[in-house]
Amino acid sequence: MTLDRWIALVILVVACIYGYAAFFTMDGLLPPIMRNTPVWPSTFPKVIAVGAIIVSFVIVIGLEKSVKGSDASGIDYKKLLDYNYGQTLALLGLMIAYALLLRPAGFIAATSGFLILGSVILGERKFLWLVPIAIAATFGVWYLVQEVLGIFLRPWPFFLGT
Amino acid sequence: MLEGIMIGLSTAFSLQNLLFVIAGCLIGTFIGMLPGLGPMSIIAIMIPVAITLGDPATALILLAGVYYGAIFGGSTSSILLNAPGVAGTVATSFDGYPMAQQGKAGKALTIAAIASFAGGTIGAILLMIFAPMLSSVALLFHSAEYFALMVVGLSAIAAFAGTGQVMKAILMTLLGLMAATIGEGAQFNMPRFTMGLMDLQSGIGFITLAMAMFALPEALFLVMNPSRSKADKTDGEIKDLRITREEAKQIAPVVGRQSLQGFFIGVLPGAGATIASFLGYAVERNIAPEKEQKEFGKGSIKGLAAPETANNAACTGSFVPLLTLGIPGSGTTAILLGALIALNVTPGPRLMVDSPEIFWAVIISMYIGNVILLVLNLPLIPYIAKILTIPRNYLIPFILFFTLMGAYIGQNNATELLMLVGFGIVATILRFADYPLAPLLIGFILGRMMEDNFSRSMNLYDGPSFLWERPMTLGLLIIAALLIFLPSYRARRAKLREAGVADGD
Repeated sequence: MTLDRWIALVILVVACIYGYAAFFTMDGLLPPIMRNTPVWPSTFPKVIAVGAIIVSFVIVIGLEKSVKGSDASGIDYKKLLDYNYGQTLALLGLMIAYALLLRPAGFIAATSGFLILGSVILGERKFLWLVPIAIAATFGVWYLVQEVLGIFLRPWPFFLGT
Repeated sequence: MLEGIMIGLSTAFSLQNLLFVIAGCLIGTFIGMLPGLGPMSIIAIMIPVAITLGDPATALILLAGVYYGAIFGGSTSSILLNAPGVAGTVATSFDGYPMAQQGKAGKALTIAAIASFAGGTIGAILLMIFAPMLSSVALLFHSAEYFALMVVGLSAIAAFAGTGQVMKAILMTLLGLMAATIGEGAQFNMPRFTMGLMDLQSGIGFITLAMAMFALPEALFLVMNPSRSKADKTDGEIKDLRITREEAKQIAPVVGRQSLQGFFIGVLPGAGATIASFLGYAVERNIAPEKEQKEFGKGSIKGLAAPETANNAACTGSFVPLLTLGIPGSGTTAILLGALIALNVTPGPRLMVDSPEIFWAVIISMYIGNVILLVLNLPLIPYIAKILTIPRNYLIPFILFFTLMGAYIGQNNATELLMLVGFGIVATILRFADYPLAPLLIGFILGRMMEDNFSRSMNLYDGPSFLWERPMTLGLLIIAALLIFLPSYRARRAKLREAGVADGD
């Protein structure tokens, strides 16, 4: 079974869980007054769930054959094993760390750290260039967002106040 | 009408107002490039500035400049980084980004600028001619027709799918619709599918999903496959900035058609630039000759010109209900309505009679805004396109950072960032399996509007009878069905033609 059909199977399971929630659990929470209306919060989800289950099932059993060469994603499947999975995972980890640290560490520290470490993960070693660029860009974005546009971004760590 | 135009011209062409249009266009273009800040948020940010100006005509002229600038800025990030910050420019990235990958970033930006200019200008002419007439037609559209129109919009995604991809595209649309039902709907005050998480109460953010579907997987692929970015390198040289006569001939009919279509879709309140751009893309793809159809999605100039023209024409069209009825047709015009009221101007049927100088100055400023945008941006394009020549080690962390910022600024919620990473990983896996991601986002954008209109019609008709009782609804739904079955029919025909060739699984 090809990857797209495996994914359709996963979506089929998700759609079944979604459908189960729409058909059996959601309506129980409905206030009595809303039971007289022709449309319930679960009406639209029920229609979608049935559609998604049918369509994903059609893909899982392979009714629609994909045509060779229809690939528009630009992925080179022959080189799949040579891909840099390590760097990619490290960058994803860095993004998660950024999400968790943005509030406590403050915008300036978290962002300049993210930009510097991101470049280092990709193999950049010219720190004399990298560090000033990252810090200048961080301050530039912070100034634009907070001072010019007036959207609050706490610059410093939590123990230094706002 | 002539008298009105003269009043508008004399107001708009004062030195002060011209300076404000230029300032507005520049501010809009540069801020609009940041993913996460669309025209709506930029106008909202600029309102305090505009109100302090005091003169309603000048304030509106500034805001119109910002509006057009922001739309062009949004197209720039769609084309260069595959990071559409606004729903209306998602379709621009379908062909704009592949063009940038082929080293034609300059040309893509030029086409976008010219198509936007043409769409905006033709839209403004149509606005002048049709505004009073169209306002009564727009009122004929009830929630049932809106629902049907959105079904047509979603069916048109079949046009995005290549041969043998129709089911996948429909599945992705349904997944998008499922995602749209998460959180509290406007019609029902109860949380749905939130799994008890407070952060999901208000639903999934559009920017978060848009960044996760387009920008993040692209950046991750650049990391995974370094040869991809090497192949894309433009060597610091922006080639092919000009469009040839041949290409101009190719896109001219597209621009003409989409200006009209986009404008009339934009007139319908609630439909707006997003539907106009998707439908524009779908229609152009379907009517193109078979040979050119294969180019769509891989860097077709027609595929880039269509949504760009349509979304600008629709933006102009959305001023019709605002100026003639006082009904804002889109989020952006709703904010403009707020600004107008703050400036002591009440848009509505009386506006044209009571304050003709404002009505006509806004329309004239649309022309000026479009011309200035073109004059300012064409020389800037080589510099804007240089973004792509920044070394990979610097560019990728910055793209990732801007995706994160886009998701963060709107909500000020760090959980949104975790959701972004999660969706980004899912989107990358889906792309590996050759699932089209655009339908998912379109389903998500239209899902909520569609459900609201569906619920409203169900309530009004006490059941689903509106589906067959209203002729216009029925007609639109038949068109939707045709749109779905046409590609399947074509696929079957293509398969028959290729009979004998092993498909492989």
